[in-house]
Amino acid sequence: MAEFGALSSFLVAAVGLAVPLALAALGETVSERAGVINIGLEGSVIWGALGGALGALALGPYGGLAAGAVAGGMAALVFAAFAVWLNTDQIITGTAVTIGSLGFTGAVFQSRFGATGLALELPTVPAWEVPLLARIPVIGPAFFDQAVTAYLAYLLVPVLGWFLFRTRRGLSLRAVGESPEAANSAGVPVVRTRMLAVVFAGLTAGLAGAHLSLVHTGTFAENMSAGKGFIAIAVVVLGRWSPKGVVAAALFFGGAEALQFALQAVDADLPYPLFLALPYVLSLAALAGWFGRSRAPEGLGSAWPRG
Amino acid sequence: MSTRSRALTPALTAATALLATLAVAAALLALGGYPPGDAFAALFRGAFGTWDRFVSFTLVRATPLLLTGLAVALAFKARVWNIGAEGQLHAGALAAVAVAVALPGAPGLLVIPAALLAAAAAGALWASGPAAMKTGMGVGEVITTLLMNFVALFMAQFLVQGPLRESRGVFNQTDEIPAAAHLPDLIPGTRLHLGFLIGLLIAVALWLYLTRTPGGFRLRAVGASPRAAEVSGRFRAQPVVWLAFLASGAIAGLAGGVQVAGVTHRMYEGLSPGWGYTAIAVALLARLNPLAVVVTAIVFGALSAGGGAMQRDAGVPEVWVRGIEALVILAVLTVDRSWQALAGRGSRG
Repeated sequence: MAEFGALSSFLVAAVGLAVPLALAALGETVSERAGVINIGLEGSVIWGALGGALGALALGPYGGLAAGAVAGGMAALVFAAFAVWLNTDQIITGTAVTIGSLGFTGAVFQSRFGATGLALELPTVPAWEVPLLARIPVIGPAFFDQAVTAYLAYLLVPVLGWFLFRTRRGLSLRAVGESPEAANSAGVPVVRTRMLAVVFAGLTAGLAGAHLSLVHTGTFAENMSAGKGFIAIAVVVLGRWSPKGVVAAALFFGGAEALQFALQAVDADLPYPLFLALPYVLSLAALAGWFGRSRAPEGLGSAWPRG
Repeated sequence: MSTRSRALTPALTAATALLATLAVAAALLALGGYPPGDAFAALFRGAFGTWDRFVSFTLVRATPLLLTGLAVALAFKARVWNIGAEGQLHAGALAAVAVAVALPGAPGLLVIPAALLAAAAAGALWASGPAAMKTGMGVGEVITTLLMNFVALFMAQFLVQGPLRESRGVFNQTDEIPAAAHLPDLIPGTRLHLGFLIGLLIAVALWLYLTRTPGGFRLRAVGASPRAAEVSGRFRAQPVVWLAFLASGAIAGLAGGVQVAGVTHRMYEGLSPGWGYTAIAVALLARLNPLAVVVTAIVFGALSAGGGAMQRDAGVPEVWVRGIEALVILAVLTVDRSWQALAGRGSRG
């Protein structure tokens, strides 16, 4: 088994790093299927990280995960109130929500813990070992000895696949994303569908943020989302707006990020900023169609005035 | 709507949005346990309290916001959603320092234009990737320009830690650029440098271009409706989109060059506190009008200059300024919608 040691620890890191991307991207898949692109997803991730931290201090690690999801959902609700309900431009509104979230999470954090930069120690969410499955060589520990957030991501894949492609509501949601006019004529409430889809994405992005503070690091730092929400949006494109594809794409990015740790272990003198840039460069390559082309929902980013 | 009220509307929108922002910010500050009056007073003193505070702090901090704000306004005018001014600024700053350090002993009249041109070229180059992806492959520029920002930040980090690291080898920063490459002061006895004047000139030039030339008309036409512009058959939209990307990137790159040549005189990690993002608020509050960008850049320069004073004198963490910037954007969007709703009701009824 020893020869599998390096590969196994690489896979453990890759899956751990893929989980927040998968959670945020799975939610965003639903939102984009409903025709709303939310650049403010990054804001939901950072609110989730802070909400998770504050929740964990008050209620323990699992309460923290729930609080993180709610905090991310609230940030998305602000985005939806403007971009869906008021029908303001989705891109500009999302940018504002991200800027404001980075600012106000910093403000809340500093007013609660001071600006001294002392590292905050949080109760962390432990890994759950799945009996038997975790014993599978190499992939067992990577996939089946993770925190509950990973299992939630696994669960979301079939659930969202079923919801989007096998249910009436899923069909209505996709209709709203393809052509809001047609959906509206068919009696689908466009605004309500889009609001719910955006808030759902906020909940999963918030959970992704809570994963960063409560599973990945055990602390909170300002700006710790570090573009994860933006990468998640690229993951949705790479995953071709399907839950299965999105999870595969998230694993791919998790692997790219884990690679930097693996290579640094081999040679500490390797220039690490170049490896930090790797996931972003890969995202660009993915968008450029290096891994195949795909079609976005026809009505993605489209305006829909109320009334 | 009469001509007069049409001319007034942008100024009214901006003023209403600023007032709404002030009200919401005051409520949030009170909620956070800070007396809003004290915070705003400290902010105002820090930004406008003395001639030197205004010139050496507010106007100096307005300079990179003016240039990046113009870059964003130009791109948005053509409906090119360039969220990448931050990355283009970093590319420009790196290029300017590299050129200036490589030309020791050269006279200022040679090295300053060379460094600033290199900055503009690097910014345009950084924007050209997303431009090619949008025009050639139909990939939306929002995500690509955003991702390029992160690539630029890590590239800057890599360069100041390695190839461009100072020869003393103490800090992660480049060597200081030669004195001849420093931008001259604009007002003696203050820290305001030539960069502010460059920003003003570009603002006027862009305004003239957009309002008085056929090229500017085409750019606005593409921004108003790319499909209609194509269908009209008079010109193709793609070259206009390319031009908007490259010019926007060049101006944002110039912002980075001006900052290192005028203020920091070297490059280091964290050169920009996010000017490329603040620029979006600057441009939107100015309704994408280049001349109005001068005013809104000074407003945000004042916020930045006053932010430090607000933290020192009123105990409000400086990060609040970022939150207030977001409130400005949301306020502009909301006021805009309300105006449209009112105007729509008026014309229908």
